[in-house]
Amino acid sequence: MDRRLALPAFAGAALVIALAASAPWLKFVFTIALAKGLAVTGILLLLRAGQVSFGHALYIAVGAYTVAFTRPHVGEMLLLLPLAAAAGTIVGLAVGLFVARYRDIFFGMLNLAFSMVFYSLLEKLYEYTKGTDGIRVARPTIAGMALERVDYEWTMLIGGIALALALGWLASRFLASPLGQALPAIKTRETRLEFAGISAKRVLLVAYVISAALAGLGGGIIACTTLHVTPLLSYWTHSGELVFIAILGGGGSVLGPYLGAIVYELVRVYAAAAFPDGWQMILGAVLLLIILFAARGLWGIYEDLVLRKGRRA
Amino acid sequence: MPKLTRRAALQTAVASTVALPTLLPREAIGQQRPSELKIGISTFLSGPASVFGVPGRNAADLLIDQFNRAGGIGGVPIRSIVIDEAPGVDFLLGECRRLVQNEGVDVMLASISSGSCLAVAPLAEQLRMPTILWDCGTQRIFEEASYRYCVRTQANAVPEIVAPLLYVAKVKPDFRTLAVLNQDYAWGRDSWAIWKAAMDAVKPGVRVVAELFPRFGATDFSTEITRLLALRPDVIFSTSWGGELDTFIRQAAERRLFERSTFVLPLAESSLERVGKTLPEGVIVGGRGDHWFLHPTAKDTQILKDFTAAYRQRFNLYPIYPTFHMAQALYGLKAGYEKAMAANGGAWPSREQLMDTMRGLQFAHLTGTMTIREDGQGLEPMLIGMTKHVNEYPFPVIDRMVMFPPELTMNPVGTKGLDWVRLLTPASVQRAPAEIPYRA
Repeated sequence: MDRRLALPAFAGAALVIALAASAPWLKFVFTIALAKGLAVTGILLLLRAGQVSFGHALYIAVGAYTVAFTRPHVGEMLLLLPLAAAAGTIVGLAVGLFVARYRDIFFGMLNLAFSMVFYSLLEKLYEYTKGTDGIRVARPTIAGMALERVDYEWTMLIGGIALALALGWLASRFLASPLGQALPAIKTRETRLEFAGISAKRVLLVAYVISAALAGLGGGIIACTTLHVTPLLSYWTHSGELVFIAILGGGGSVLGPYLGAIVYELVRVYAAAAFPDGWQMILGAVLLLIILFAARGLWGIYEDLVLRKGRRA
Repeated sequence: MPKLTRRAALQTAVASTVALPTLLPREAIGQQRPSELKIGISTFLSGPASVFGVPGRNAADLLIDQFNRAGGIGGVPIRSIVIDEAPGVDFLLGECRRLVQNEGVDVMLASISSGSCLAVAPLAEQLRMPTILWDCGTQRIFEEASYRYCVRTQANAVPEIVAPLLYVAKVKPDFRTLAVLNQDYAWGRDSWAIWKAAMDAVKPGVRVVAELFPRFGATDFSTEITRLLALRPDVIFSTSWGGELDTFIRQAAERRLFERSTFVLPLAESSLERVGKTLPEGVIVGGRGDHWFLHPTAKDTQILKDFTAAYRQRFNLYPIYPTFHMAQALYGLKAGYEKAMAANGGAWPSREQLMDTMRGLQFAHLTGTMTIREDGQGLEPMLIGMTKHVNEYPFPVIDRMVMFPPELTMNPVGTKGLDWVRLLTPASVQRAPAEIPYRA
């Protein structure tokens, strides 16, 4: 792995663990952030192709509800999470076959439409989903062990970090592969890609399904962490949140999503603590500042300040 | 050199911001009398349900000020920390953990949304956090699980729906057709399920001519109103609230729907001041419990008069039911602490002592007294009445009030509300107490 990524990745993981050890409530916040980071990694893949999905909360909700529905029958997290990812993959493939034909605003809005259809279904199929009250998820066992709350939270956090590191590494390998390299080509000029004999639709479909699987997995982790799922997970504001995090973190690196997600959750928590009535304003201001002064996101700032200067010296 | 300083400065900046939480942690200590009693309150500060959340928070601010001027609870001043439950369960549960593990909150007053309460209650249990469910309505909480650290200082959806049903069966015994228009989300569906099951038991043979569930957050009801005008149901039942109820009332009034059908609006007390006299006379309204700022038995008590005056002076609005629910939670908490302290020889009670005392506690609040049952569920009467226009107020007041006692409307411990309402009989209607007329 690239040393310029490995170093901050492991330093960041250590920092997260250290903070979580000193402030126990942060374990939960960080686990949720890492789960969202997984989904945002998927958004990042699509962003490489110049496509913004305003509906990826769909796959988070699919993953989360897969866990909620299968939990009464399956008590093992090591089965539940792959199931969540698989459900995300399947739905992602079905929707992807359709949306991969579209670009730009059409791509974004179609994704939004699918996620809102799913949201309505979760709300309307009240008999099965308990509507907006949501479904309680009993705490699953991990590798056959029924853990107490604190141990469970630690396992979730460490597991989340491990998954983030592993999948982040895989995502960076994917982006370096020929298929991954074809993604920016969709953004710059799709026709050239087709002339080179590569199907742009298929490239985008692969990226889309991967992103859906990542979001499904993230949703599974969210369900196993909050232990209560509600339809709000697939609401458009949550899709917007993922795009927000992607912009905040920056698209330049696979670490951006995790950096963005953790900073987002912390900003939100502290803004909500300091200004219970106006925390949305703080979040909005942060996003505006990032867009205006650091278009490449937090990762871009890090690159400018640390990596570039380091190289020049 | 500049390279080093800049990097160092950056790292320090990042580290210090992120490390902020670690500078603050405080662990709650039991038994010792704390220097202040910290209450975490989750409520809606944004989104449509802030029509309830903000009045609830305002009531908490006002009452906590009043309590503190009178020496707090057992000499300990109260401080509240308010969190917004609007962003969803994943955020709310993180915030609850922060309040408990970082801010060292002593008690939580949880949530307006039933979904939030269903998620918070198990967490409260794990964290051993005394929690009062202050406004959420679902009956599922204490029916599907039992909690040691959670109690509810108000009734739940079952009496909130059964009472208006008994009321309409009493004042309009000959109704034969009914239509429902509820918001399409859990409360709208749940309340209709309870109403339907109870109505089939209390008034068998009533025909349901329309079940309308416009989407949550709808701003136009013209299609629904057209259908209701055509169907002419004897009774129109709607548990909608907030902006949707206001809009529905205005649009229905515009098209004279009120002249054709009797409306039953169990949550409309909270909309009265906003819709004003657009809402005609003769509409059956309720306010989710035993409270109203002109409560028939409490309206002349100094405590309610003072509260209404202070609330109006500070927020320029009349108190509505979430304000009273918040008051019930705070008065209940105060009574619980005081009783537990008395039993403890004046020493500050542990969390477990507090929660054990809360069960079976009888306490007085702004408009009456209520009890908390052994399963944690609160028992309060239900005030239902009919709107009336008077000159003293620019909005309808409630006339012909009936206070349905909990014995008549609430299922006993260990039963499921939805099953229990099927056991009601037409005779239940006759057992309703007498009407109390509005008096200025």
